[in-house]
Amino acid sequence: MYTPHTEKDVKEMLAAIGVPSLERLVEVPEPVRLRERLDIVPALSEAGIVSRFEHFAKKNTGASYVSFLGAGAYRHYVPPAIGALAMRGEFLTAYTPYQAEVSQGYLQAIYEWQTYICLLTGLDIANASVYDGATALAEAAIMALNANGRKRVLVSHAIHPMYRSVLKTYCDGLDISIEELPITDEGVTDFNELRERLQSKQYACLAVQSPNFFGNIDTPDDTAARVCRETGTVLIGVVAEALSLAALTPPAQWGAEIVAGEAQSFGVPVAYGGPYVGFIAANKDHLRRIPGRLVGKTVDVHGNEAFVLTLQAREQHIRRERATSNICTNQAHCALIATMYLELLGKTGLHDVASANLERSRQLATRVSSLKGCSLEFAAPFFNEIVVNVHRPASPVLAQLQQRGVLGGVDLGRYYPEYSDCILMAATELTTSRDIEVLCSALEDALRVTSVEKAENDTVSV
Amino acid sequence: MTRLASDHTASPLIFEMGQEGRANRYVDPGAPLTDFLPREVLREDLPLPDNSELDVVRHFTRLSQRTFGIDVGFYPLGSCTMKYNPRVNDAMANLHGLRDLHPYTPDELSQGALQIMYELERTFCNLFGMAAFSLNPSAGAHAELAALLIAKAYFNDRGEGHRDKVIVPDTAHGTNPASAAMCGFKVISLKSDDRGRVSVDELKKVLGSDTAVCMMTNPNTLGLFEDHIHEITKAVHDVGGLMYYDGANANALMGNARPGDMGFDLMHLNTHKTFTIPHGGGGAGHGPVGVAAHLVDFLPTPYVSSRTKPNSNQAHSPSDRLEFFLDFNRPKSIGPMRLFWSNFAHAVRALAYIYANGAEGLTKVSQLAVLNANYIRVKVREFLDTPYDEICRHEFVASAQELKKNTGVRALDLAKALLDRGFMAPTMYFPLIVPECLMIEPTETESKETLDSFIDALREIVESAKSDPDSILSAPQHTVVGRLDETRAARQPDLRWYPVNE
Amino acid sequence: MAQPADVRYSKEHEWVKVDGDTATIGITDYAQNSLGDIVYVELPKVGSQVEKSASVGVVESVKAVSDLFTPVGGQVIEVNAELDGDPALVNREPFGSGWMFKLKLNGTDQTDGLLSADEYAELTQE
Repeated sequence: MYTPHTEKDVKEMLAAIGVPSLERLVEVPEPVRLRERLDIVPALSEAGIVSRFEHFAKKNTGASYVSFLGAGAYRHYVPPAIGALAMRGEFLTAYTPYQAEVSQGYLQAIYEWQTYICLLTGLDIANASVYDGATALAEAAIMALNANGRKRVLVSHAIHPMYRSVLKTYCDGLDISIEELPITDEGVTDFNELRERLQSKQYACLAVQSPNFFGNIDTPDDTAARVCRETGTVLIGVVAEALSLAALTPPAQWGAEIVAGEAQSFGVPVAYGGPYVGFIAANKDHLRRIPGRLVGKTVDVHGNEAFVLTLQAREQHIRRERATSNICTNQAHCALIATMYLELLGKTGLHDVASANLERSRQLATRVSSLKGCSLEFAAPFFNEIVVNVHRPASPVLAQLQQRGVLGGVDLGRYYPEYSDCILMAATELTTSRDIEVLCSALEDALRVTSVEKAENDTVSV
Repeated sequence: MTRLASDHTASPLIFEMGQEGRANRYVDPGAPLTDFLPREVLREDLPLPDNSELDVVRHFTRLSQRTFGIDVGFYPLGSCTMKYNPRVNDAMANLHGLRDLHPYTPDELSQGALQIMYELERTFCNLFGMAAFSLNPSAGAHAELAALLIAKAYFNDRGEGHRDKVIVPDTAHGTNPASAAMCGFKVISLKSDDRGRVSVDELKKVLGSDTAVCMMTNPNTLGLFEDHIHEITKAVHDVGGLMYYDGANANALMGNARPGDMGFDLMHLNTHKTFTIPHGGGGAGHGPVGVAAHLVDFLPTPYVSSRTKPNSNQAHSPSDRLEFFLDFNRPKSIGPMRLFWSNFAHAVRALAYIYANGAEGLTKVSQLAVLNANYIRVKVREFLDTPYDEICRHEFVASAQELKKNTGVRALDLAKALLDRGFMAPTMYFPLIVPECLMIEPTETESKETLDSFIDALREIVESAKSDPDSILSAPQHTVVGRLDETRAARQPDLRWYPVNE
Repeated sequence: MAQPADVRYSKEHEWVKVDGDTATIGITDYAQNSLGDIVYVELPKVGSQVEKSASVGVVESVKAVSDLFTPVGGQVIEVNAELDGDPALVNREPFGSGWMFKLKLNGTDQTDGLLSADEYAELTQE
């Protein structure tokens, strides 16, 4: 219990109010009174709480496995300085900085975050963050729909399947249809029929993710970007692994007008899926359509430079049903963590992490593809994820790896039935050579066992 | 430019600090990027600053000193429920087995995490009288959107897709109409009666075969219990509509009354308000969406389900007999609202808070929240108008309209003067139906002494407003900056720093 | 508040000045004063057809936003490009350099139902 009231306090306060009891104070009309006894755990002491959660934590054995899971959530090194700074109570327990005079610190941090996102993506403006990368894509598509008033959305089939699902949830609400561009054998978006599709000028936007869900660098070529421009189709760049921005061509340079992304990689723990932090950056033309909060620099009455939430008239609390989005919360504290990460790592550190990711993932690719029965599915340049074809259903292979203490990656068949023999594997700077050896040895065993099973199954089916 | 005397905490923009090569080495670098990728896919330049760790630590320490949080002082922000955030919650979220669990970890290796979500969901169902909750949405507004998408899917499923009207009282949070618009619904605004409640007669005038949802918060944003709620939900159900409960004010009735018993079909919770998840300067939030039995099939995916373990027996405790799994196979679902399953770290915090209180404690929490609000109310009405003069719930509204007429001092000025005295400002100019409105919500975690000091400060400010209005009109004077030029910020948006050569 | 007598007013606080088959439209002094510092004006597209009483744009101040309705119908022939760089013109000269857009009218007698300066003054005094 975190209530400081003594019995004496309660008595005095009730007397001041002129009500005889606490129960009377919260009384509700007869028809809606609580009739059922609440069936909730009895209260625990703080030590009891800790022991309960340690028990839960221990049951999550997967947290300690050798892991090659990525696919939109990445394990990266987090400097302890972030924990120390981010947990400062002033940051942790602040509300949205509406009272700018007593929120200058947080406002400045968000202004710095907005700047980092602009510098990384190459675009003009960025908001104070949105829920996550998937909702960022949905909000970016809505920006495009509002920009040109069209009713159809075109996305690459190589965008993270969950991003596409969330986009669909949002679009269903607005009765907007989504269509997809296919993937080539190289594992990148097929832009061949783009001109024909866009000619009708019916698509509000084209969304492309790079690196795409398979880890491949997947940017539209100059022709594709030009077709988008000429047909007034907003080109949306999607970034699910923000670290890639430290190494790869900024999306603005390949023609993205809006970038929707996920910045979990910048110091935010994987935490079984959240909270993470989405971002939206855009060129100036979209200023009035960008959803969520924006921090701007201005002056105070004394002429001091100061920061303030601005362009609030776009937002739900003023526009109500005319608002560009209903979002109020951003992911301020996660964005703060990401800003701390970027400031600590700096240009040099980020470059180091990016090069380490490239190196480890290539080491992984080389070793795994040297195993008998394994090959790389795609030949396209990749960032830190690869697709490994095990030439038999991937699901039992992954189960075998699991029995050997290894989380081998994501079963691609879960989202792409045509790739059900493939595993999506990620390697980051935290992936050691030993991890890769443990995986390879487990994979050799797993392949042996599953090939036997496969042979038996074949016999039965014959 | 004059800097204020108190402004010793200023820190330049990080981009104006540092030297290339000054950063600490955090990881071992790999070979040059060009060893791995063709030059044409690599960026030419990474224009970011390098700073020493000490400089970055000082930078953020200073920024924190220029930021007000609950840990700094009293935060009577109406409708925001800024209560104490117990530190044990954060420590639990930071346990290795919870923090470092990847969302794609197979269910059988994530049983602890799934059980946390399962227990939290069951507790919410019990506390609020709903059949099921989804922990998928990321914030209150997000859950509200989910709820309206559920309503839309439900009506479509019943062949009643023509229902396109959403009724929203004029005291509603701004998100209500915005969420409705995102689902293609048309919003009908409902005027409150002179008691500050929804009028059943007015409501009946707008109800019809096109009614989809009526969105209400109870207690409403005036802090008043909608005492005709039973008739309201009945009237809406009679025309085939759904009732939606905006749980932003759930701290007022938790454990004492349940939206389910009032007839609500859909609801959301702002776990970051009622269940002590830190606001973190505006997020991340956590917004479970709850539904009555007829809407369970439409909840977002995945849903945390349970089944009996194949080899369990009576010797096991009830929860040990169960195994938990993420259920994606829900054909009528509206689909996922977000990336991955939930803001899981927040589910951990919320459950830790529930453990700390138990049923009795949670019931007491809302009683004491109401006690604190009423205590301030009866004191404040001695010197400010309280337009709805009756027992309030967790918050109440006062109006500075009379004061403004007599002295020129507005609600905004009172709020700024509170900042000078070490208090956060109340919510202002909301709800829209009360002129010069101050909306005060103390929460249950504040002591009588804190409430008394706040009341004294507000009384002194109102007295100063009458004797020396300029002293209040010029507030704040003791904060690191004075009032901001918001017009300039909006007319000439400066939303980022630019490198010098651009 | 002085209301120019040579224009007509709508209840939604727009003014319209008709000159032959051309109409110039803006918001009134009363409207700009209630909105406060105007920071942005979203205007209809040149060439578009707008119907009498339709919402054709948005006027945004620091803390409020308001739909811009057109008191008359027609084809948009010009918008005030100056407002993009200096929206404060609406606050300074709502009836002058703060005008918003011009229409080529669809037919005549569209000002039926609009208010005179005196009638509008009465409306805003309530």
